[in-house]
Amino acid sequence: MKKIISTPLSDEMIASLSCGDQVLISGTIYTARDAAHKRLLEDLNQNKRLPFDIKNQIVFYMGPCPAAPGEVIGPAGPTTSHRMDKYTPKLLSLGLKGMIGKGNRSLEVIESMKKYYDVYFACVGGTGTLCAKHILHSEVIAYSDLGTEAIRKIEVEDFPVFVAIDAKGNNIYESGPEKFRKYLATQNN
Amino acid sequence: MKIVQAKDITQKVAQLCVEINTKLADDIDSTLKKEERQEPYPLARNILSVINENRNLAINARRPICQDTGMVVAFVKYGQEIMIKDGGIEQAIQEGVRQAYCQGYMRKSVVKDPLLRNENTQDNTPAIVHYQIVPGEVLQISVMAKGFGSENTSALKMLKPADGVEGVKHFVLDTIRKGAPNACAPIIAGIGIGGDFEKAALLAKEALFIPLDQHHKKPHLRALEKELLRKVNEMGIGPMGMGGQTTMLGIHVLDYPTHIAGLPVAVNICCYVDRRGTVVF
Repeated sequence: MKKIISTPLSDEMIASLSCGDQVLISGTIYTARDAAHKRLLEDLNQNKRLPFDIKNQIVFYMGPCPAAPGEVIGPAGPTTSHRMDKYTPKLLSLGLKGMIGKGNRSLEVIESMKKYYDVYFACVGGTGTLCAKHILHSEVIAYSDLGTEAIRKIEVEDFPVFVAIDAKGNNIYESGPEKFRKYLATQNN
Repeated sequence: MKIVQAKDITQKVAQLCVEINTKLADDIDSTLKKEERQEPYPLARNILSVINENRNLAINARRPICQDTGMVVAFVKYGQEIMIKDGGIEQAIQEGVRQAYCQGYMRKSVVKDPLLRNENTQDNTPAIVHYQIVPGEVLQISVMAKGFGSENTSALKMLKPADGVEGVKHFVLDTIRKGAPNACAPIIAGIGIGGDFEKAALLAKEALFIPLDQHHKKPHLRALEKELLRKVNEMGIGPMGMGGQTTMLGIHVLDYPTHIAGLPVAVNICCYVDRRGTVVF
């Protein structure tokens, strides 16, 4: 069964999400990948205000293809999350509640997620065209000189993800292979 | 002597760049469908069905499968009896890449300086082009649009001769175990064994062009490919690293003679969107 949530995220919502759940997200989310993360942290270090209020928001690690005529956005799937690990604990400490990407996270990130009660979603990598179908609106709101890496505010509808790491630190990249083996064992009995 | 027009090279390379980003090669396409049918774990089967659904959407929309439309790598077999008119081959290929990415609404993912990273080249050039001079009137250009989620998980190691085939297996399996969950599994792996430092890496990349159903001619390397495929798929990593049987779609080894003191091994990992194609003039 798929769980349906909308942004911004609340602690109650996050409490209802467990590792492995399929979730459909609707509402506003923000995109940022390598270069935008670097700049967000530079802004913070210089005591500048962040270009958007990250409190209770979701950041999607994504840099889209340009929109072809008639498109809201070009193909728009997730990029590998661990490249953002270095920057993530700081953003979580400031109130960021959710992340969407793909692949495992560092121990530091998972510890911060437990501390601040956050959730990490994974989207199926390589499915850019499918992801773009769930994006209703897209607008560059910061760092436009970064091109595909600029920060975009996007409206999503029923955006399909899995809970990869929940707020208790349960991690599908750790437990997934083991669960699969147990499943096989029950099937073979 | 055969004459090839530079503009024809540009046009064919541009066409190929768009095509390989939009449509999976037939062998990968059919393998992904087969794996969806055969995968026993429901979550993994679900992920494979999403992958196949996205494949259909991309073909129908004539849009890229993945937003990472890659950095272009080309392997050119340049016959000595070929003459290129009205331009050079390198410029013709780069212009083809430029046209494909700019006119095809594909992502420009190349930064000019790897450390400063403050300027995008804006047209996804330069492509990385490798040339091989061959006899005859053949001109063959194989193009790959290589995604970097998987490229980042690749590795090269200079093993010792005493490490032998067991050392090779250990290094390959270790690299894949660490890399596959972040490399958009189910992956495809290219393994280069022998030569020297850069030759092993080139072989590994070239191996990613080999169709999945084709295997090494040497019995011991064919056996090695088979064993590595089985062992990776026994790891249980599964699609996207979330558990399952389908971790790797195929693995190919290419080998080359090497020095008595060395055993170079390169592992080039590719996601299931192994965008490759060849044009022959």
